[in-house]
Amino acid sequence: MKQPLSKKRKIYEVLMKALMLLAVGLTAALVLFLLVYVIVKGVPNITWELLSTKPSYLTGRIGILPDILNTLYIVIATLVIVLPLGVGAAIYLTEYASNQRIVSIIEYAAEILSGIPSIIYGLVGMLLFSNNMGTCLMAGALTLVIMNLPTIMRTTQESLKTVPRSYREGAFGLGAGKWRVVRTVVLPGCVDGVITGCILSVGRILGESAALLFTAGFAHAVNGIIEGLASPGATLTVALYVYAKEQGEFGVAFAIAAILMVLTILINFATTTVQKKFAKKRS
Amino acid sequence: MNSIISVKDMCLWYGDHQALKNLNVEIPEKSITALIGPSGCGKSTFLKTLNRMNDLIPGVRITGDIRYKGADIFDKEVDVSNLRKEIGMVFQNPNPFPMSIYNNVAYGPRTHGITNKVQLDEIVERALRDAAIWDEVKDRLKKNALGISGGQQQRLCIARALAVQPTVLLMDEPTSALDPISTSRIEELILELKEKYTIVIVTHNMQQAVRVSDYTAFFLLGELVEFGRTEDIFSQPMDKRTEDYITGRFG
Ligand SMILES: Nc1ncnc2c1ncn2[C@@H]1O[C@H](COP(=O)(O)OP(=O)(O)O)[C@@H](O)[C@H]1O
Ligand SMILES: [Mg+2]
Repeated sequence: MKQPLSKKRKIYEVLMKALMLLAVGLTAALVLFLLVYVIVKGVPNITWELLSTKPSYLTGRIGILPDILNTLYIVIATLVIVLPLGVGAAIYLTEYASNQRIVSIIEYAAEILSGIPSIIYGLVGMLLFSNNMGTCLMAGALTLVIMNLPTIMRTTQESLKTVPRSYREGAFGLGAGKWRVVRTVVLPGCVDGVITGCILSVGRILGESAALLFTAGFAHAVNGIIEGLASPGATLTVALYVYAKEQGEFGVAFAIAAILMVLTILINFATTTVQKKFAKKRS
Repeated sequence: MNSIISVKDMCLWYGDHQALKNLNVEIPEKSITALIGPSGCGKSTFLKTLNRMNDLIPGVRITGDIRYKGADIFDKEVDVSNLRKEIGMVFQNPNPFPMSIYNNVAYGPRTHGITNKVQLDEIVERALRDAAIWDEVKDRLKKNALGISGGQQQRLCIARALAVQPTVLLMDEPTSALDPISTSRIEELILELKEKYTIVIVTHNMQQAVRVSDYTAFFLLGELVEFGRTEDIFSQPMDKRTEDYITGRFG
């Protein structure tokens, strides 16, 4: 039944294929350009001094150690708060809640929450937290907690749903109570979801600027974690904004950009590794 | 015969759908009772009612009376956890937990508060011996239970159920997912267990019912059509429907 394509048809086919190739090529080229551009402009500016000092107005030296520490503190504080909340909520919704309508309303709300522009979180965070506790990393972390709660909750929920019902039945059949079943049989089965959620959240926190501009401030002081969380401070992303926009220090900005870029790639890599590893374990 | 579980006028609904209708039956102690009947007639539902596993399904409503050793199992005072310790369960598909063989068997005793290592070791060994799987796994107790064959997994699940020292063992088509060799091993095992336990087993396989059971209950469309000694049910059924079923005319 093979008929030669008509000439017109053939040209059309070739043309469409060419257009699609062009689109793919353009996308790849853009990504590659961005990567190379940032790396080329940024990497030469990454020096040990930049990484290990704080800025000094006296000497005009710029160092991003405080921003690195601030980022670390805010990631830790956010995860420490958001993990129990998100995982707890997910467990409640999938294992305990009996009213399915309320569950789907909450799931729907979480869905919407994760699509809201981050600047709105910043605004709300400022009113809720910064106006009460002052502009500080903790206020920023609390804002990020609200932002990342849906992510942690959803990824945990998704993986809770993959724990076979037969495990739960087996445990209940032995006389185990609800909490014991959850703790010993269900939770170990959803570790991958929690880890995936964590990695996604870390990525989001690293990339967040709008919400933090409102809440965490711009300071570049080196502090311990407790003091750091109680004082204003810029994360890497915020520092990038400040150095580029307000001080015209593009070298430093690109150095930070290159660091963030590498971290993002690492996080992407980590996510796929975790997912692959657990997918293998399941089958 | 002494009955250990007695069911009176029991009905069960899944929402609006009535799955069990007016059941009356006495389960004899230290013997094997087979539940037979076509698919969807309510065998599993009935089995799961006996240790209240149906509590886990939303929308289930039960009327009537079920007594275990004379006590109402639906009484508010009853601790479901203890009821399930007394009346254990083995499921259709082997469902060991994704943990070590040892921890699988120790799961039940630990649930009921046994933490002493020596005592646990003893219980685990005895349960695995009773389930006729000790020799096959004794060298790899710390290995993941998902790594053994399906037939071994099912015997492990039986060991896991035995480890809490139940009185009654409910088995829902325990061999339907297994090959013939594993099936006959489990049948032998069931016959040995009869000395110490009361067993209620759902089976799709008429020969299996004849081979292992002392009593047979025939279910049809949610009703208990006939209950009696297995040899009587299979040689001279009272009800025409029972006869049609066991001679393979439907089902
Ligand atoms: N969880 C459930 N929800 C609603 N209906 C159910 C549920 N489980 C079983 N049923 C229904 O109850 C009837 C009996 O099912 P079941 O006890 O599984 O039968 P059997 O084990 O004899 O094959 C069937 O009609 C089935 O569709
Ligand atoms: Mg069934």
